[in-house]
Amino acid sequence: MQATIIEAINDALHEEMASDDRTVVFGEDVAESGGVFRATEGLLEEFGEDRVLDTPLSEIAIVGAAIGLAAHGYRPVAEIQFSGFLPPAFDQLVTNASRIRWRTRGEITAPMTVRTPYGAGVRALEHHSESLEAAYGHIPGLKVAIPSTPADAKGMLTSAIRDPDPVLFMEPKHVYRSFREEVPEGEHTTPLGEAAVRREGRDVTVIAWGAMMHNTLEALAELPDVDAEVIDLRSISPLDRETVVESVRKTGRCVVVHEAAKSGGFAGELIATINDEALAYLEAPVRRVTGFDTPVPLLSMEDYYIPHPPRIEEAIAETVEY
Amino acid sequence: MNEQSRPESPGSTDADVAAVSERDVDVATHRVVDADGSVVDPEAVPDLADDRFLDLYRWMVLQRTFDERATKLQRRGLLGTYASGQGQEASIIGSAFALTDDDWIFPYGREAGALLMHGLSMRDLLLYWRGVEDASRMEGANVFGFAISIGSHIPVATGKAWGQKLDGSDAVSFVNLGDGATSTGAFHEGINFAGVLGVPAVFFTQNNQYAISMPFEEQTAADTVAQKAIAYGMDGIRVDGNDVLAVYNAVATARERALAGDPVLVEAVTYRRAAHTTSDDPTRYREDEEVEEWERRDPVERYRSFLADRGLLEAVDEEAIREEVSELFDEAVAAADAYPERDVAELFRYVHAEPTPELERQLEEFRDLLDRRPEMHDHIEHRPKG
Repeated sequence: MQATIIEAINDALHEEMASDDRTVVFGEDVAESGGVFRATEGLLEEFGEDRVLDTPLSEIAIVGAAIGLAAHGYRPVAEIQFSGFLPPAFDQLVTNASRIRWRTRGEITAPMTVRTPYGAGVRALEHHSESLEAAYGHIPGLKVAIPSTPADAKGMLTSAIRDPDPVLFMEPKHVYRSFREEVPEGEHTTPLGEAAVRREGRDVTVIAWGAMMHNTLEALAELPDVDAEVIDLRSISPLDRETVVESVRKTGRCVVVHEAAKSGGFAGELIATINDEALAYLEAPVRRVTGFDTPVPLLSMEDYYIPHPPRIEEAIAETVEY
Repeated sequence: MNEQSRPESPGSTDADVAAVSERDVDVATHRVVDADGSVVDPEAVPDLADDRFLDLYRWMVLQRTFDERATKLQRRGLLGTYASGQGQEASIIGSAFALTDDDWIFPYGREAGALLMHGLSMRDLLLYWRGVEDASRMEGANVFGFAISIGSHIPVATGKAWGQKLDGSDAVSFVNLGDGATSTGAFHEGINFAGVLGVPAVFFTQNNQYAISMPFEEQTAADTVAQKAIAYGMDGIRVDGNDVLAVYNAVATARERALAGDPVLVEAVTYRRAAHTTSDDPTRYREDEEVEEWERRDPVERYRSFLADRGLLEAVDEEAIREEVSELFDEAVAAADAYPERDVAELFRYVHAEPTPELERQLEEFRDLLDRRPEMHDHIEHRPKG
């Protein structure tokens, strides 16, 4: 079927709830109104109020209760309406979700998924536009997944729900409805922890994820002479080091693109990985194109913040010509 | 542990164990003017001069008009997402009317009239909703930033009130919050701490029955917000939030007690007639009949009945007020449109007291790129004035 990212997410939720009655979906405004982005539309009608619940306005309780419910044997899929509201629950992710398997020596586990839309570009109010994947990726024991296409959105969300450990599933809301593509009907899984090579090439490796994947492809369209290898990282944690290293060893050049602020951003981890395992193959310094070291601006100037194709294009061209 | 030692039916006992229950607490609702417009208790009518009673009315009309005009502006693409206070005029205006200019307001979004009364310019309020950072200076008014992250401002207000107490100031920190915010951890921690410190803070909950789609009865198992105060060792006041005089009394009382070292949690029971924001479609989760029922309890109409009873309505030139407010709004839009051309440098200012060399470098590189690559502007919707 042809679907957008948001439709693919909705489809994955329907499929998983139908195939495993331990799956429970909850969060603010997810049941009665079907979610502010309509990700959970139709679930309440199909699966009933025991399995699809509107919660109080309590991010800590949503994530904390997901941990307990998961530990009890259910498969919670919690929604945090905007990732900007996840920080209060950071404590639950750090203190409980990420380490419950480790501290109980595998006795108690938290097979739970927290879905949350992230990123700028939708003219939302303050605190609705952040990209803090690096912060979450820094928590040992927590998986962090970010799809950039409808097929991956369905496949990765299905895998996240079935995963034996907690997964933070960050959804690039700017491209929720930007385009449709073919999405497999019925059961469809995409392994977590594996990057996708979107395009093979020899001149330069370009790594991106989420909405920035599309800006990157747009930038490359302006560089027809550059034979770029494009990696959609898809998974912040665990990191698919092998795909990254293998590609950079082949091309000898690399550009990393992310929307989050530069300092402490995930590009740093990727560059360090390349430094560890592919330094001798490099023919140019690894460049990064990122958001600025500022808060995401309010809507009137948020476009300035986003790494647009010309910025990406310049970095790629300079890296190739270095 | 020896399982053999447990009783056969755990959890069963004949003892009469006393428990504290909300059923034992009578949470009265303060009201001055009934839904039908008649005065419930003449003694409770605030002792205000006639022109103050009329001012109160003008502010309510201003709140309603601002919401109507701002919503229309948003529909025309000339304002960002907007959160209206329609239906809550008595709560918004009656509470602000009980404050002084020295008090600090911690806003939650719907209280345009309160902020304007507190000294904020209408232009700046529009610029805020246009997403212009400068507007958050809240120039000329003791107003903190909007708490877009629900409940996040509550402990901050406790800290501000702590400072006011240490200063020996006669001002309070006044917090607007919604019923949804009462479910956050920040609410619990912030209010508990205020109770412990005994700071001059008033936590004013506008219980408008909905947090986006979540009705109050599903937000909490508690019957009221006001009763939650008891758990913090504080006083709770529940008031008819569509009765502007009752709200005024409640907040004036709470403010006095707060200044004496007893912070207060106030619950104004009202109704959000508008959508959550202009991005929301409330027909997905509530019935028209319910909205219509609350329209019949309209706070502006109720106050008009009071004014009529008191013989003050003849002094109200409804047409003139609406015209005046509309002109103010037009002027504010024009002033917002005329806001000086902005520069990308403002993104990089105020991150720290002094910009770091890295921030300077990022700005310089970005400027250079914008100069060299004019097609950057194809990707940037230029809204220099918001």
